[in-house]
Amino acid sequence: MQDFSLLTRAIHDNLSSHLSPTLTQVTEMVIVAVCFLTFFALTGMIMVYVERKVCALFQQRLGPMRVGPWGLAQSFADFIKLLFKEPLMTRQADSFIFNLAPFIIIISSFMAIAVIPFAKGLQALDFDIGIFYVTAVSSIGVVSILLAGWSSSNKYSLIGAIRSGAQVLSYEISIGLSLLTIVMLSGTLQFSTIIQSQANGWWIFKGHLPVIFAFIIYVIAGTAETNRGPFDIAEAESELTAGFHTEYSGIKFSFFFLAEYINMFIISAIAATVFLGGWMPFHMGSWDAFNGIMDFIPPLAWFVLKVGGIMFLMMWFRWTFPRLRIDQLLTLEWKYLMPLSILNVVFTAFIVVSGWHF
Amino acid sequence: MKQTLYNWDEMMQSETTETVEAIEPSQSVETPEPLEPIEHSDPILKTQDYFINMGPQHPSTHGVLRLVLTLDGEIIKNVEPHIGYIHRSIEKMCESDSYRQIVHLTDRMDYLSCHINNEAVCLAVENALELEIPDRVVVIRTIIDELTRLASHQLWWGVMGMDLGAITSFLYGFRDREMITDIFEETCGARLTMNYNVPGGLMFDIHPNFQRKVKEFVQYFKKKLPEYDDLLSGNVIFLERTKGIGVLTKEDVISYGVSGPTARASGFACDVRKRHPYNAYDRVQFKEIVMTEGDTYARYRVRILEMWESLSIIEQLIDNIPEGEYCAKTKAVIKLPVGEFYQRVETARGDLGVYIVSDGKKSPYRMKFRSPGFSNLSALNHCAKGCKIADLVAIMSTFDLVLPDIDR
Repeated sequence: MQDFSLLTRAIHDNLSSHLSPTLTQVTEMVIVAVCFLTFFALTGMIMVYVERKVCALFQQRLGPMRVGPWGLAQSFADFIKLLFKEPLMTRQADSFIFNLAPFIIIISSFMAIAVIPFAKGLQALDFDIGIFYVTAVSSIGVVSILLAGWSSSNKYSLIGAIRSGAQVLSYEISIGLSLLTIVMLSGTLQFSTIIQSQANGWWIFKGHLPVIFAFIIYVIAGTAETNRGPFDIAEAESELTAGFHTEYSGIKFSFFFLAEYINMFIISAIAATVFLGGWMPFHMGSWDAFNGIMDFIPPLAWFVLKVGGIMFLMMWFRWTFPRLRIDQLLTLEWKYLMPLSILNVVFTAFIVVSGWHF
Repeated sequence: MKQTLYNWDEMMQSETTETVEAIEPSQSVETPEPLEPIEHSDPILKTQDYFINMGPQHPSTHGVLRLVLTLDGEIIKNVEPHIGYIHRSIEKMCESDSYRQIVHLTDRMDYLSCHINNEAVCLAVENALELEIPDRVVVIRTIIDELTRLASHQLWWGVMGMDLGAITSFLYGFRDREMITDIFEETCGARLTMNYNVPGGLMFDIHPNFQRKVKEFVQYFKKKLPEYDDLLSGNVIFLERTKGIGVLTKEDVISYGVSGPTARASGFACDVRKRHPYNAYDRVQFKEIVMTEGDTYARYRVRILEMWESLSIIEQLIDNIPEGEYCAKTKAVIKLPVGEFYQRVETARGDLGVYIVSDGKKSPYRMKFRSPGFSNLSALNHCAKGCKIADLVAIMSTFDLVLPDIDR
């Protein structure tokens, strides 16, 4: 199995032999930041392209086909267009907050992505409180949405922001509770340990019903958390024109746009890591030949495959379901998902204490 | 259907006008109680209404409608429609045009049922002249009427889904509508504003492919219509969003003058095709879809079921197009006799009335269109009060507003 820690350790040793420990730390931080920035831009562009193609698939059309072969360069062209657009601002907007908001949402996703284990040893930070950290920082994004809506001096933006605030705060609870089931089963908050605990089978297979419930709740709440799909009431194109980012244009708009896709990636990546074994290959009991073939597929490919699967599911939601109304959205969370999650946690505790899980 | 209400000359000459007794409205219009304003004793925490201009440029007002919303948070306290952004004074223009030219203007009113609009004027003129219309024309007009209604409902269904946030339905609706517009293009060269009717008949005969293509379409669409139900009608979110929302009672419908599928969803059987048959509607078997719930879902359901009825009407007529002329002989300059003429037809949106006052010249003295959209829009405030913003969008969508029809 490929182990990226060999590569990272080699870089670390090489730097340490030439530089002082502080400088090594700084250099490594810069390298990681540059890697993530590139990753952000590339993932954003690829995901926009994939989203448009998936959307076209559901709507029985071709999607972008003009720029490059099969429209592959379309996202790149859009990106250049957005870079060259004039950043407009309304006269009464609070300019400091207005300009600050897009950065906060990017910073939030930047912080969250640091703990995502892409493959064995390919993880910027391996906290012992990884899950706790990720749930904490991913909710910073809502601050940005609230600020953007407030500072735009646009009534649609304000309604969108308030809606979004109510929504994200509610669904955080379900996300936290459904991740808690796995924390209880694996006995750790650290991502790398959670993945190691799935070496003999993914939690979704060996965790009985509670984990399957938790997974479903997580995917629903995760879709809501990213303001997508049937839960896009913060943008609600047909009601609020574009919700909180109505007044944004050019590169500032593209920050919000990018952050939406990166957040979707993060939510899917956490689901894949926690429920579907992260970069762990799929193994079937004692079928050694089958397991050997599965091991042959690199861990990074496994990770991308699982994340891609969940993202496809989320795109499927978006292009099929009508939008929920704000009160229905909150009813769904507070009256159905949250009580179910709490019951689920209690049930899991029972299983853990009885030692029924595999 | 010549309806000379009273002698025009006599009325112009006589100075004393008969006092008409005010007719007691059978249903008293209840003014809804205004919502109680939230009062705060603390002067620092003053609340004020939140006004939003929804439109004239807004994705879900379907044109240049401006709604001034008074909001209490998400809840709508008042909706005030401001119209007139696309007013082109079609009625005034009619006064200086000949009757043949007027037909072309009506395309630009309700562009989604343009053929039916054309027909309303043509029927009014033909009835005034007491023209004998060939049977072939009557049947072809009926078929194209129903195709127009189908195309309009398909577009409505797509847009309805989009208003509720399901963008996929929009593409489904347009995919099927494309086949109808192709048929129209082959028949008369235009896809949207068709101008296929002229007083006395049709502008051209149907294309040799017409019957085959319409039959193909009917077969195709019978398979696709259940797909519409699969995508939206059975969806839990869709049902939650539409059931019990924006209820119009039968009394409301009658007092606001609402017509068409919107009125039939509230139990008011007002289909002009059944009540005052024109064209070939008295020869075909079809059900008048009437529901009693009066909510957004009922209005949705009525239109979906109407599509099935339209398909059945087309099926009954398509093999029975009689041979004959496609246009009756008319004079080069059409002059209507002195008097008043009124013709009602059922467009995809409701009851369209054409009222012509003629003084015997080649253009009308006064022309008035009773457009269904205008009356339907008037019920919006009553319907949407107390709902959420998202509900308003859904309600507006099932009212199926076409702004050029309202403003004219």
